[in-house]
Amino acid sequence: MSSQVSTDSQGLLDEAEQGASLWQDAWIRLRRNRMAVAGGVTLLLFIILAILTPWIAPYNYEAQDLDLGASAPSAAHWLGTDVFGRDVLTQIMYGGRVSLAVGFIATAVALLIGVTWGAVAGYVGGRVDAVMMRMVDILYALPFMIFIVLLMVVFGRNVLLLFLAIGAVEWLTMARIMRSQVQSLRQQEFVEAAISLGLSPTAIIRKHVVPNALGPIIVYTTLTIPSVMLLEAFLSFLGLGIQPPQTSWGLLISYGAETMEEYPWLLIFPGLALTTTLFSLNFLGDGLRDALDVRGSKD
Amino acid sequence: MSLLRVENLEVSFVTRNGTHQAVKQVNFAVEEKQITAIIGESGSGKSVSCYALLGLIPSPPGRIDGGAAHFGERDLLKLTEDELREIRGSEIAMIFQDPMTCLNPYLTIGEQLIEPLRIHKGMSRAEAKIRAVELLDEVGIRSPEQTFSSFPHEFSGGMRQRVMIAMALINEPRLLIADEPTTALDVTIQAQILRLIADLQKHRDIGVLFISHDLAVVADIADHIVVMEKGEVVEAGQPNIIFNNPQHPYTRKLLAAIPSGEREQQSAAREALIKVRDLRTWFYPVGQDAPVKAVDDVSFDIERGEVLGLVGESGSGKSTLGRSIMRLAPITGGSITFDGTDLSGLQGSNLKQFRRRMQMIFQDPFASLNPRMTVYDTLAEPLLLHGVCTRGNLDSHIARLMDDVGLARSFIRKYPHEFSGGQRQRIAIGRALATQPEFIVADEPVSALDVTIQAQILDLLLALGKEHQLTMLFVSHDMAVIRHIADRVLVMYQGKLVESGLVKQVFDAPEQPYTQSLLASIPGAALTL
Repeated sequence: MSSQVSTDSQGLLDEAEQGASLWQDAWIRLRRNRMAVAGGVTLLLFIILAILTPWIAPYNYEAQDLDLGASAPSAAHWLGTDVFGRDVLTQIMYGGRVSLAVGFIATAVALLIGVTWGAVAGYVGGRVDAVMMRMVDILYALPFMIFIVLLMVVFGRNVLLLFLAIGAVEWLTMARIMRSQVQSLRQQEFVEAAISLGLSPTAIIRKHVVPNALGPIIVYTTLTIPSVMLLEAFLSFLGLGIQPPQTSWGLLISYGAETMEEYPWLLIFPGLALTTTLFSLNFLGDGLRDALDVRGSKD
Repeated sequence: MSLLRVENLEVSFVTRNGTHQAVKQVNFAVEEKQITAIIGESGSGKSVSCYALLGLIPSPPGRIDGGAAHFGERDLLKLTEDELREIRGSEIAMIFQDPMTCLNPYLTIGEQLIEPLRIHKGMSRAEAKIRAVELLDEVGIRSPEQTFSSFPHEFSGGMRQRVMIAMALINEPRLLIADEPTTALDVTIQAQILRLIADLQKHRDIGVLFISHDLAVVADIADHIVVMEKGEVVEAGQPNIIFNNPQHPYTRKLLAAIPSGEREQQSAAREALIKVRDLRTWFYPVGQDAPVKAVDDVSFDIERGEVLGLVGESGSGKSTLGRSIMRLAPITGGSITFDGTDLSGLQGSNLKQFRRRMQMIFQDPFASLNPRMTVYDTLAEPLLLHGVCTRGNLDSHIARLMDDVGLARSFIRKYPHEFSGGQRQRIAIGRALATQPEFIVADEPVSALDVTIQAQILDLLLALGKEHQLTMLFVSHDMAVIRHIADRVLVMYQGKLVESGLVKQVFDAPEQPYTQSLLASIPGAALTL
């Protein structure tokens, strides 16, 4: 009997085309998309740089050279210096740590809360859905700035809180997108088939609903990361976010904008860093969406 | 002289993966005052041939490679887009499969009829209204005056199709192209629409080009039949010649696929596996006082080992009844007893035990499989969930299921979208069989499939039912399919059971007028003569 079984399964595996899970398949497809790969590599490079910054930054972050003042890019200062004679490259590297961290952590928070909230509301439906989504509406209606100011006043200003505050606002849209996806998916016959197989609601959401809702979620995520980074820049500009001497790309850009006529490099280089990151994210997001769509052509 | 004569038409689609010839050297003609039917399965090129004539295939990727289409003096394929638009609006009219998507949901029926009358015929509003009412009357809409100010969603599918036909007639076309106009309709409505098209063709002396996948549908009305397969015309001729003496193997296959005859019936008295008593499934739509009585006080037994057919039109509650038994739709009254246990109150793990013993096969194989799961994952899920096998011998169980439903084992790692409709339905059947159930609800399992595939899937279901000693509730709107597969039959109408009995009894001597009208609507009466 056991030999029978093993030959059976042996035959099955031999005859099957090279098997691969959804994620392996997606990875193979993603690798074929050159733009997405370029985006991913660039992002990875930025992240590694951000992590290693304290050890590899060319100058001390706080070192000023008031005699030098603002100078254009040169051999000593590749990207020039600001009005206090601080090295722009060093500032961008330190700023990148904050900007990337805000972008990724706040988005992760938004993703986690939003997807769970939306999936539960959409799947359970009825009264639960109504209550959950009214809560989302109420939070939507709160003026964002007042919400952040309140948080800052009550809990004091710190970076971690900033992550949470931004994440707490961004998840609302995520939840709505997820809910509408789930609502249309739960009408599908394959979800009914899963119910009649006897799967538990949690298993159905996890195995049948969420994977099929991933496309729009991923695209929206890659749009959220840049918007979070811009939000941080905006808040910092208002004095609610990052404060000097700490810095971020957003802060550097806003300072650079003030002096862009005299010292354009103070605006151009932080701006380049931000836009490169945003482009990379968009390409990677598009690539991921296509890669995760199993209906995409295999050639 | 022919009204429309198509010669050596060639159409291909150019994609990144190469050029696909959709239509190869196709010839056919539509005579004046006659109905020509083009028959073929999906992908046979029947629709592409007709759309190409009117410049309606998207280009790129579509490309007309050659041929001619003589319509009167002109060659349709040589006309400019502007000239074609002129002809499309006036001399050639089209009606489509799904009338809902062709009507603007925000305008009343009247508005949508008046507008073209005023534009094309230069009528005043009052004149146009009178003419529109006449048209509605002509296509058999009762109380056309009231209909005038209704919106499309207030109409049934059959009524909407009538409105579409009225719109097509506005400019008094000489040729009407009907693309599967009855496929989305119930069988009794289908019969009415077919009669309407035949009548109009007689009274108005127009030529009709009727596209269909169903040989039986056109059997009664066509004057001339063209059979297409894989982009080529394989046979053409008079209906009686084609039906009585088909030359091409494909035509014979199509004819053989029309379900006919009855199964041998076992009449030995058997115990009831499922007892349904006074079952009620009422829905309470928000903002309405009266409940929708989808299933209303229905009682019947399903005997162990039988195939019980359940027929009715859409809206009769037959699908809801099946779903209530599966506990997919709510039960608002009565009881369902499965092998001695009342299912209506079961929850959680108690219910899960019964889920293993009863499974469902759904209508649309494109919607009932998770697009992100391979065949392997789809089949593995129920096997592992119910502990039918362990991870160790999972592969061998899956292999056996694949063999059972007639799928090659090498397909195991493919995703649903890589399969045809028939293959996907086989996967769905495999999933339902995985838990080794005793009872299966099959909800219109072949309605979405081509006729030849239909026959294969029905045979597969019958064979598997015998092999695994399944009890089956087979829900269908198609009387011919029911006669082919069922032992006994229940007829539902507006949430109630109106008739039940052995298939032979019900088909030979229907007692209720509703059953009689259902039987009279089975298309293809000409075939059995």
